[in-house]
Parts: sequence; C-alpha cells; structure tokens
Amino acid sequence: MAESKERKLPAPSVSAETQAYWDAAAKGKLLVKKCTACNQAHHYPRTICPFCFSDKTEWVEASGKGTIYSYSVMRRAPVPYAMAYVTLAEGPRMVTNIVDCDFDKLKCEQPVKLVFKPTDGGPPLPMFTPA
Amino acid sequence: MSIKGKAYIAGIYEHPTRLAKDLSLAQIHAEVAKGALEDAGLTKDDVDGYFCAGDAPGLGPMSMVEYMGLKVRHVDSTDTGGSSYVLHVGHAAEAIAAGKCKVALITLAGRPRAEGMATGTVPRSRGGTPTPDEPFEFPYGPTVVNMYAMCAMRHMHEFGTTAEQLAWIKVAASHHAQYNPHALLKDVVTVEEVVNSPIISDPLHRLDCCVITDGGGAIVVVAPEIAAKLKRPKIKLLGASEFIKTQMGGKVDLTYSGARFTGKAAFEEAGVKPADIKYASIYDSFTITVLMQLEDLGFCEKGKGGAFVADGNLIAGTGKLPFNTDGGGLCSNHPGNRGGLTKVLEAVRQLRGEAHPKVQVKNCDLAVAHGTGGSLGLRHGSATVILGRE
Repeated sequence: MAESKERKLPAPSVSAETQAYWDAAAKGKLLVKKCTACNQAHHYPRTICPFCFSDKTEWVEASGKGTIYSYSVMRRAPVPYAMAYVTLAEGPRMVTNIVDCDFDKLKCEQPVKLVFKPTDGGPPLPMFTPA
Repeated sequence: MSIKGKAYIAGIYEHPTRLAKDLSLAQIHAEVAKGALEDAGLTKDDVDGYFCAGDAPGLGPMSMVEYMGLKVRHVDSTDTGGSSYVLHVGHAAEAIAAGKCKVALITLAGRPRAEGMATGTVPRSRGGTPTPDEPFEFPYGPTVVNMYAMCAMRHMHEFGTTAEQLAWIKVAASHHAQYNPHALLKDVVTVEEVVNSPIISDPLHRLDCCVITDGGGAIVVVAPEIAAKLKRPKIKLLGASEFIKTQMGGKVDLTYSGARFTGKAAFEEAGVKPADIKYASIYDSFTITVLMQLEDLGFCEKGKGGAFVADGNLIAGTGKLPFNTDGGGLCSNHPGNRGGLTKVLEAVRQLRGEAHPKVQVKNCDLAVAHGTGGSLGLRHGSATVILGRE
C-alpha cells in the first residue's frame, strides 16, 4: 500500500481574470466557466469562450463530482503524489491531484469527489479523493 | 503553393559530445553550424537564412547571428520545444520557395547535463509573466515524465497496451545504439530489463525514458539550384506539416497526438502513404511517445500500436519499420532535451546510405521524420517532414 502524504504546495498565481475562481476556492467551492452563447463549460477559466469565442461567459459552481480520466503516481519525488486529469460532472477535464488515498488502488474512470488542500501562502487548490 | 521539391537538405551534423562541461552554449551552436556547412560543401558566407528555437542564447536569433558572424535576410525562431527543428525544415522550405533565402541554417544546442538540470522529474515554472495555464497546472506538480505517463496510463486503459509492448520500443532502440560509437547507452537491453527497471511515474519505468544529454546538431536546407551544384547526395523535401495540440478547453483526449494531423497533411503533400516509407525517425522522449505517434502517423490503427511495436518490428534488418537507427533519444542523444533535430539527421543519413552498415536500410529512398515538443499530456507542437532521395 502506498498511502498519499501531505506535501508542500506552491501558491497559484492569481490574476484579475481568475480572481473569482480563487476567491471561491478559499470558500471551498470549485467554479467553472460556462458560455451562455454555446452553453458549454470549459477549464481552465477564460473570459472569452475557447469554443465559440463569445465573451458571454459566466461562473457556475461545480458539483464537485467527477471521474478519473487518467493518472500517474510520481514515485520519484521527495513525497510521491498522484497527478491526474479528472472529468468533472459538468464536462471539462482538469489537471489536478488525487489525494488521501491508496495510490495502488487508483483506476481510470474511478469516481472521485472534491477536496481542497492548502498552499504555501496562496488560495487552496481543488483536488479529488476517491468517492 | 506546396513545398514539394522546392528545397533540399544539403548538410547535416551531430555534435559527438554527450557531456559538454567545457563548451559554452553558443560555441556548440557554432560548432554544429560549421560541421553542417562543411558537410554540405558550403561556407558561412553562403548562409542567408537562420533558424533557431528557445535553446539558443539571447532574444530569438539575434545573439547567435552576431556570434557566428552571419549576414542573413530571413530568420525564424519559432519554438515548439523539441519538435521545433522538424518544423524549421518545413519553414526553411517555405522561405526558399518564396525566394526569401537560398541557404537556410538550422541549429540546436543544449547542456542540461553540464548544468545539472533535473529534466524530467521536477515541476518547472517558466518564470516571468505566468502563462494562462500555469496557475491551474504548475502547483499540482506536472513534470515531463508524469504528463507523458498519463498518456500511457490512458492508452493502457482504452486499448489494453502493456508495459511489455512499450518496452519493445526501448529494446529496438538499444539494438541500434550498440552500433553508434557516440550513443550514451550502447548496451542492448531486454523487455524484462525495461519492465524491471524502477518506476519513475506509473506506468513509465526508468528505461521507458530517453537519455539526458548535452550536445546539438545542425541542418542546412538549400534551394534546388544550390543543391544541384553540391557533391552530396540530394535529399529532397517532399512534404511538411505542423500542428499544436492542446487540452481543447477541457476536452483533452490523451490517446492521440498532433501527429494525427501533421502526418495526414505531410503524406498528402508528398503524395505517398505510410506503407511506402522505408525508414522512420520518430520522436522518442519516452516509449509511449513513439507508440502514439506511429498510430497517429498511420503506420497502424489507433490502439494497435502495442502489437505493432512488439517482437522487434522496429529493429532494422528484422522488423517491418526500422526506426531511430542511431539509437534515438531513448539510447543515443537528446541534446538540450530537444530531440527533433536528431530525428532529421538520421533520416538524412539513411537516405544518403550513410547510416551504420549494421542498421542501414536497403534502397532507402523515402523516409519520415516526426517530432513532438512541449508536453504530450498538456500541450504540444507536432511537426512531420517527408524526405526522399533523388
């Protein structure tokens, strides 16, 4: 069994364009950007929709449910960790980590749920743990 | 307008070093430039176009143009990571076809070993103004190896690809590297040795990874009227294509690469099919990189790459598709962590009949060189060239 351990996470750099995303993260909420013109959600968040180039995008709160699209446990690191793409219930796939789990039991398509982990002096990062 | 037949590769050079503690970065660029020009039978003063990427010191091409004492009327410093130099060959042909230059010099150099860089296993921020993706990726710890590993993991999940099948790619490269006196790793390895080497990031083992080397290389691309006057075999550019594959706003699909698009376009421009290819230089940062690109270029069906590469099918002399006969990035050289230029070099050697006799493909008159730069799992630049011997 290879249990995940806490590791020091660098703070994300926050810009005016993404301030709301990180403010929500500080309150334990994951936001995604959704375009009201083409009705599609995207990630990472942009002001202008990467699908239809409309500027009619708005923040919506994600349910926090998702599945692992792919993952890889970085064994050759001071504290091993699991990189992953998680497919959100809302559609987009996001780069993230799978935490608080047994690395050896992870699988593609496994259901996961949202958790937040603190960073070094910045807003917390949305991550996922087996549901 | 097509670039087919509008330009020739007249000169190539690969720096023999794999550890450049005593060489400066600019010096390596100049040494490989000198080597490629001498190989072509040209001089520095013949060069009127210069191409480099982010490995060159300074802002774009300016410092190296000055250092080498060039006088050029066309420059291009497009950077798509390790694939840049494959893309530069296509761009050089475009510039030559448009009359913007006649002798294009492309250089690459790097010294990550001498600088003690932790190439594959440490997340790196580029510094300066963050890229828009950085806050949503960098804090999670993406490294070179774990992002390629995620492609391998998904490929295994969707298509049943196995670690043993991936290992065959390293085995084939090692069979070729034993004949390359400059190769960093010259020992032939077995499938068992690959799958029993330590896991770096699941499911990739240490021996699924390429080497980390210092060094560099250069290519001279010339107009047809220049090629006609030179004594070297004439290697004609038949097709070229480039593509940037991204996460597509959250619709990322890790099972294919940009080669899906560049292969189709380059083969169409050249008027040939994958089945016509006698030799393939395929970017080999990791075993999975090769497997996905072979599928995407059309050498086998999507998902069947594992079966295609198994049992020595990529080994010169025995396999159906000899690949990376210099040992490639997996065993010989991955200068500056950018392996695209050396892909073009070995394709030219094969077409000239100048590969090592033990790995030279008989009657090699048509070859492909393909590069992937950046991160296969995050965003990458793909470039394909089809080359023929005249």
